[in-house]
Amino acid sequence: MKTIIRNGRIYLDGKLVKQEMLIDGKKIAMIAEKITEKADKIIDAQGAAVFPGFIDLHAHLRDPGQTYKEDIVSGTKSAAKGGFTAVCAMPNTEPVTDNIASVEYIQLRAKEHGSARVYVIGALTKQSKGEEISEMATMKSGGIVAVSDDGKCVQNARLMLSCLRYAANFDIPVIVHPEDYALAGKGQIHAGKVATRIGLSGIPGLAEELMISRDIMLAESAGAKLHIAHISTARSLELVRQAKERGLLVTCEVTPHHLVLTEEACATFDTNTKMKPPLRSEKDRLACVKALKEGLIDAIATDHAPHADFEKEREFDHAPFGIIGFETAFAVLYEQLVLTKQISLDTLVDNLSIKPAKILNLPGGALKKGAFADFTIIDLKESTTFNKEEILSKSKNTPWLDATVKSRIKFTFMNGKITYQDK
Amino acid sequence: MIPQFIGRNVYDLDDYSREEIMYILEATKGMKEINTREYKKIPTLRGKTVCTLFVENSTRTRMSFELAASRLSADVVSFQASVSALQKGESLQDTVYTLNAMGIDLYCIRHSSPGSPQLVHKYSQKPVINGGDGRHAHPTQALLDIYSIWEKLGDLKGLKITIVGDILHSRVVRSNLIGMEKLGAKVTVCGPKTLMPGNMESVYGCKVEYDLGRALSGADVVMGLRMQLERMSEGLFPSLEEYSKHYVLSKDTLRHAKPNALIMHPGPMNRGVEILPEIADNTNSVIVEQVSNGVAVRMALMFLILGGKA
Repeated sequence: MKTIIRNGRIYLDGKLVKQEMLIDGKKIAMIAEKITEKADKIIDAQGAAVFPGFIDLHAHLRDPGQTYKEDIVSGTKSAAKGGFTAVCAMPNTEPVTDNIASVEYIQLRAKEHGSARVYVIGALTKQSKGEEISEMATMKSGGIVAVSDDGKCVQNARLMLSCLRYAANFDIPVIVHPEDYALAGKGQIHAGKVATRIGLSGIPGLAEELMISRDIMLAESAGAKLHIAHISTARSLELVRQAKERGLLVTCEVTPHHLVLTEEACATFDTNTKMKPPLRSEKDRLACVKALKEGLIDAIATDHAPHADFEKEREFDHAPFGIIGFETAFAVLYEQLVLTKQISLDTLVDNLSIKPAKILNLPGGALKKGAFADFTIIDLKESTTFNKEEILSKSKNTPWLDATVKSRIKFTFMNGKITYQDK
Repeated sequence: MIPQFIGRNVYDLDDYSREEIMYILEATKGMKEINTREYKKIPTLRGKTVCTLFVENSTRTRMSFELAASRLSADVVSFQASVSALQKGESLQDTVYTLNAMGIDLYCIRHSSPGSPQLVHKYSQKPVINGGDGRHAHPTQALLDIYSIWEKLGDLKGLKITIVGDILHSRVVRSNLIGMEKLGAKVTVCGPKTLMPGNMESVYGCKVEYDLGRALSGADVVMGLRMQLERMSEGLFPSLEEYSKHYVLSKDTLRHAKPNALIMHPGPMNRGVEILPEIADNTNSVIVEQVSNGVAVRMALMFLILGGKA
């Protein structure tokens, strides 16, 4: 099966270039000004841009266990609709992905029924209980790309050190969601002006910063590769900067929502503004944008966290934390950061493709001859409305519900096959 | 222009202008007169149904709302979480759908979650009066406090009002700060740093003091807040004794305030902890009158919102 992508502009080395692309089977066979070869299928990408498939380091597919929120089929369909061709699945499933059988289940489901590559992240500790180290070496032989307890941040420093040393032993990156539980307490939103005004308990930036300090020191001592998930404060970024300057193996990611929203969004008690880490102050948001621009931040990751309507449609402090993110990520950031000239288009695209690939040493992230044909075709002039009927995720918990933003994903290809096509 | 109140929600006082608040105070004055009559009832809300939806327990506030509705001749139904389906896991949404099907015209809600009055309105599409939502707001308490001051001292403009105690957990303070600032009062909040939210000055434009003497200096009005024992186990203060030593309203500490400073407390009081009897019961104390004013304020709001005929 051969496909030619014609009349579009192809993203090559940070620039959109008028080129044609030939797909042969699963791979990119040629990128050239004019391709004359005979093809089975021609895709007319007139007016659109062709980007490498996006890679998400941080997603919750809820499968197995909570498939009323999402499953591997719906989750990867949603990912494909957002231009993603690969997602990393966090292990907070039911049961927890802390063993080789669970890893293989996800891989098999994704391979047979998925619309995106699914890389599995194994649990850092057994059942993510923060008590004993998981069988991470066995899971690595089964293909996990990292270990993490994500939202169940290991509070015990001795165990964390042990986990990091063990992970370093087998060269497994450790992803942390840094949060000191005592400081975060029953906090609902950022401990800032809005929390003071509307009376919701606050989660101070300190809860994140203190844990980042600890984990950087522990990772340094252990010689481990540490990746900090969804960083959210100016001081956290400063800690990462210092660690990088010391030459440590520390990387970090930021979510789209921390780049464009602040605590002010919580003032209406919309439970779709409730997530961890919480939306921070404008100062923190600006620091994230600046760090993204400067390259201090290593990737954008969505933290796609589906929750059913009946779970989110509650009193604010009874609703679960988290929002979906695949379908909104590119479009929201394109409209709110690129079109407003706060970051360049290549910064956005690279942080969604080549840069996350590099962190976990994943294939893909760039369009070139011989690479897997994982790409997405986006019309930057059209627009998208995120309404409940259009969203492909099983859950609709997004702060951008019913918002219309610039750009529209026309096609996504994974392994040379169409995984999403605009109607 | 006469302010329009019909069908409006009372989530907090930030939705109400200075003029609207003054209009409510005038209406309250009229209602207070009714409460002094032998037959304390007017037929104005006959045929209307008011529901007190108390997901967090509070006998006094609920009684105040129910009396207010009864005196305007509305039918009153009472929903208490402790004896209801909410206890069995029913969601607030389903509870409100059920109540609404019975034909409620106005909800008065008390809930431990900030923002829940907004949800009740969203689910019912009926006006909602917030009777206290978590630490967020307690607008009827603030209105009755403001009424109590206005009745005794007149215009609040330029008055120095000092509120002392657990500011962090107090919805009464938050609503009062909004209302009092709108009427031009100068509010100082005082309490230990561990019980003071951040950014108070920038959020409310009030003054923050940690020393009681300085806070009370020159005050026209002094309001104490209930100090709760559970804050001790939360690691926010060491003992009631030590708290009292530094923050109790007494004859001694009140010498910093103006000689006839008005004494207020939203109740229930911990006598001997945040306020001494010598202050609570003195002639400048309006603590008991605040309760009567509470009924009148709630009557005024129901009257205005449900479009009662004078």
